[in-house]
Amino acid sequence: MAQIMLWEAIQRAHDEEMARDPMVICMGEDIGVAGGTYKATKGLFEKYGPLRVMDTPISEGGFTGLAIGASFLGVRPIVEIMSVNFAWLAMDQMFNSAAKIRYMSGGQLEAPCVFRSAGGAAHQLGAQHSARMEKVFMGIAGLRVVTPSNPKQAYGLLKSAIRSNDPVFINEHELMYNMKGEVPDSEYFHPLEGSDIARSGTDVTLFGYNISVHWCLKAAEILDKQYGISAEVIDLYSLSPLDRAGIKQSVSKTHRAVIAEEDEAPVGVGAEIIAIINEECFFELDAAPVRVHSALVPQPYNHTLEKAAIPDHEDVVKAVLKLFGKA
Amino acid sequence: MKIEDKKRVLREMVLHRRFEERCYQAYIERKIGGFLHLYPGQEACCNGVMEAARPGHDYVITGYRDHVHAIKCGSDPKAVMAELYGKETGSSKGRGGSMHIFDAAHRFMGGYALVGGPFPLAAGIAKAIQLKGGDEIAICFLGDAANNQGVFHETLNMAALWNLPVLFVCENNRYGIGTSIERSTAVVHQHKRVAAYNIEASECDGQDVEVVYEHARKAVDHVRSGKGPYFLELMTYRYRGHSMSDSRGYRTREEEELWKQRDPIFILRDRLIAAGELTMEAYEALEKETDAYIENEVIKFSEESPEPRVEDLEKYVLADRASQQQWLTGQAA
Repeated sequence: MAQIMLWEAIQRAHDEEMARDPMVICMGEDIGVAGGTYKATKGLFEKYGPLRVMDTPISEGGFTGLAIGASFLGVRPIVEIMSVNFAWLAMDQMFNSAAKIRYMSGGQLEAPCVFRSAGGAAHQLGAQHSARMEKVFMGIAGLRVVTPSNPKQAYGLLKSAIRSNDPVFINEHELMYNMKGEVPDSEYFHPLEGSDIARSGTDVTLFGYNISVHWCLKAAEILDKQYGISAEVIDLYSLSPLDRAGIKQSVSKTHRAVIAEEDEAPVGVGAEIIAIINEECFFELDAAPVRVHSALVPQPYNHTLEKAAIPDHEDVVKAVLKLFGKA
Repeated sequence: MKIEDKKRVLREMVLHRRFEERCYQAYIERKIGGFLHLYPGQEACCNGVMEAARPGHDYVITGYRDHVHAIKCGSDPKAVMAELYGKETGSSKGRGGSMHIFDAAHRFMGGYALVGGPFPLAAGIAKAIQLKGGDEIAICFLGDAANNQGVFHETLNMAALWNLPVLFVCENNRYGIGTSIERSTAVVHQHKRVAAYNIEASECDGQDVEVVYEHARKAVDHVRSGKGPYFLELMTYRYRGHSMSDSRGYRTREEEELWKQRDPIFILRDRLIAAGELTMEAYEALEKETDAYIENEVIKFSEESPEPRVEDLEKYVLADRASQQQWLTGQAA
């Protein structure tokens, strides 16, 4: 099993699928000749040519719609939206066309498209380049939403998303493309549904996804070493559908829950997980579940303000201690 | 056009007109719900273009005024009406409604209700044709008001840049919902706006089906022969309001009467009569036959068809699970 970077894992998934199926194409801004802002499509233009590796104009609504139209005829486009902030411009096509086409055509048409996009707060990118928008995508019927927390997931989720006949939105993180991790040498398909137990524990469940899985893992380490609290970490790589059974199973074991999200709290992943806990296993709870989330502000440019807006592992530790009456 | 084709097109246009007028009645009777956008007045546009193209072979996509386009592509009028009735036997199994007629078997890729939304979808269909190497073309029928959306310009740019086999047909009926083109658009003649993208474009009378056909032949040949996109603007008029909730307070009855004197069906009818190919009696008989067919077959079928089952409410949201097992669970089926 090789240690590779997350961008390399994404590139490998593209390459394998494009080599296998001539109907798999990719498109986006600067993905071809320039090799991709995050290198996720590096070398593909040289290998597969301009008809299948398309450098698009800066027209997110236009090229996303074009990809969806092509998918109606069996083409399997992988669309890179350079930053999730720009996805607002493409949402009409993603939501009104891709997500609804199967239903409103009575099952006659489908849009097997993959939309990949880098989200999350990086470093001082300001209000219009730092959005976390998973909350918007996960509320849309007909659209699957997955979000990798490591290179293995990034590779396997993209492979499964390309093969799936549903439109899939893959929420990546700008700070994670150079993260290293083990990826199987042989072909691997990660399930598009469910959740992973990233760390087993007995006293409290920490729910994370994408970058917040890493805050939870770090917090679990501190809680174990310094406070003797055994935390279980659940990696919610699928945000739509959410893994109700997995959430129920873990909370029924630990009886306490903290949800960590980089997004703002209102109408978010945390709210949704708490609703699921209420619906599935309310009487298993020993304490009210807690959300760890960013401040409800447009992302500030100033470094100190930015740091104050975005949570990290320390906020997760604090939330757990509060839950145990230790803070 | 050959004489037998003209006679057939007249029959089809009468069916299209009477079908739409019967929809109006069914809407008043509350058999049809939601929004209903009717086509009378514009029949020569769809018919002229599709006579020059290959219905059922070429891919067609349009907006929400879509019943006639579907029928012209080969859809059974019974399935279209049953869709308006919300029945399981409808084109989209009652899930779509008037604005979302689909018929993939006849390559009618659907009606869409976001103004301008089909532009990039049409270019994408053309992209798929280009990748697969077929001789089909994509035809996108939309109204003039759609051209004020950003995706119009984004799509024209990409279609020209990548030489995509797509024909844009602009049915310029002079109104975007209830706002006249003069009050919404800086340039009334839409083909002029396309020049900026190096796309071949032309404009013609959209009321005379033979004129539309001649212009469309040139446009279709251009696209099919690999010369890239084409934009054809047809000057036309819709007799009814934008939808059924529209009392047409934004225009005069005199203007409507003026356009009705250039009715696409009557232009063709009178030309056939003048040529001795048709009599007024035969035409009137055709109208009666058409009404009888709509009543005895189309409406009867729609009335008698079953409703979708409530148990199937969530069917068609996502792909059938059995076929997706490996990707959903990581385990082969």
